[in-house]
Amino acid sequence: MRRLNQISIGFMLATLGVTIIWAFPLVFAILATTTQMAGGEAGIGVYLTTLVSTPIGRWYLNSLVTSAGVTLGVLAISATCGFALSQLQFRGRRVLWGAILLSFMIPVQALIVNHFFLMHRFGLINSWLGVILPQLIAPVAVIVYKRFFDSVPKDYREAAELDGAGPLRVLVSIYLPLNWGVTAALGIITFIGAWNAFLWPFLVVTKPEMMTITVAISEAQDSWGVSGLAAALLAGLPVAVLYLIFQRRVTEAIMLSSGVKG
Amino acid sequence: MSWPMSASAPKKRNDRAAYFLVLPFVAVYAVLFVYPTAQMLWSSLTSQGLIVAGDFTGVQNYARLLSDPRLMKAIVNTTQFVLMTVVPGTLIGLMLALMVNRLKGVVQGVVLAVLFLPYMLPVTTVVLIWNWVIYGPFQLVWFAVMHRPLNLAVQSWMLLPIVAVLTIWWTAGFNVLILLGGLRSIPPDLYEAARIDGAGRRAQFSAITWPLMRPFLLLVLTIQLIWQIKVFDQVYLMAQGTRSDVSIVLVQYIYLLAFQNDKGGYAASVAVALFVVVVAISLMQAQLLARGRKS
Repeated sequence: MRRLNQISIGFMLATLGVTIIWAFPLVFAILATTTQMAGGEAGIGVYLTTLVSTPIGRWYLNSLVTSAGVTLGVLAISATCGFALSQLQFRGRRVLWGAILLSFMIPVQALIVNHFFLMHRFGLINSWLGVILPQLIAPVAVIVYKRFFDSVPKDYREAAELDGAGPLRVLVSIYLPLNWGVTAALGIITFIGAWNAFLWPFLVVTKPEMMTITVAISEAQDSWGVSGLAAALLAGLPVAVLYLIFQRRVTEAIMLSSGVKG
Repeated sequence: MSWPMSASAPKKRNDRAAYFLVLPFVAVYAVLFVYPTAQMLWSSLTSQGLIVAGDFTGVQNYARLLSDPRLMKAIVNTTQFVLMTVVPGTLIGLMLALMVNRLKGVVQGVVLAVLFLPYMLPVTTVVLIWNWVIYGPFQLVWFAVMHRPLNLAVQSWMLLPIVAVLTIWWTAGFNVLILLGGLRSIPPDLYEAARIDGAGRRAQFSAITWPLMRPFLLLVLTIQLIWQIKVFDQVYLMAQGTRSDVSIVLVQYIYLLAFQNDKGGYAASVAVALFVVVVAISLMQAQLLARGRKS
């Protein structure tokens, strides 16, 4: 048996100190909204005012729809493409795989001007679809799916083939259910990423009623006269709750997509 | 690995089924990545606006890059920001990961969640929270030392350092997670053997932890480097209401040129430069990681 680490008082104090420092900004912000600091009102009142005197419901809806759209889109195109790359032989397979590996490193920020131009031509400025489309580029999801599909025993597929199932059926009824944990992990992290996205939604939306909540709260205080801090905390609440519920999946997804685990 | 097991005419059906499955991804990829990239390269050779077409001007935009004082400013600021965040953030991440790794059970879970939660928050939430911290508790410290109030519109040289601290706070959870994965991958018997040989904590760190953690540190360093070169959100949001030129960073300059000054072509040439730098770093990262995995 390994001797248990003796945790010294000094280490405990240092840990406590670091944890307090890290928690401080968020705790301070929450406390500020419950006291008179955040512009006159205090406590629940400041949140209620934000909820009733801004179109925050609409912003939540915009965020929910666009984030769900990005998530479903990324999962659908990545699972099918990852499955084909993993299980099927076809001409151009190696070229496609090489292109995906290469595009892993693309800085999407460099494409903002041309994405805007494209969305303008499609007539998608100030629309949900305009927010969603450029965020669908996520080659890393294909890479993760392929790696997991590679490790599914071939017997499963062969049995289904004997029953006459086509590739799409095999994917939907065998490969996806076997790897639903991967889908859940990728889905949660993609959703949080889309919810938190700032630059692109900020550029493609100019009408207040079409803004995602992440963008809208940066102007909530100036445009609507409510506490910007309360609005900011309300905007972060859904993803914070999502993280606290699905901690293991979130951390798993981050390890997977940064290439540490797999 | 061929798809239908029957011997006759498998190839054709294969191709069709496969193309059906890869089509959605390839279509998205072609329309939203390949085409805009090609267009970026092309428009960097023109005088086009954000949406209005322009004339072909050859390498004129690129020639202008070399003598553009605002671009130089953006490059200097971005470099400063990278220096203030990448290595310090990675080292802080390592220290936090070592700390979390020594904790057990529920305490470990709680501390990890506290460190990681900020990384889950939207950037606007993070900036608004930090505005309160800066103009609240930090203001008191500042006043005590400098004998006048802090105002980022006036002391604009403080803007990037503050955003750097905020960024380290915000992204530390990611670093900790990757590095913790690394620490957990080190076999405990190595430490056991070292202890039997009489190695102290420090000797164990330099003989076992540091060398085995190198690939993970390298990964975090390069991911952070690529992130921070592309920084925009925090800097832009924090600089709202100040003269943003003082703290302007590269992506912000692209945004400014295209969306405020209607110089799409010139913005594209700056974007191409950024693109080349990030891809070069990524290729270097792939090389380094491949080498690290081999040894």
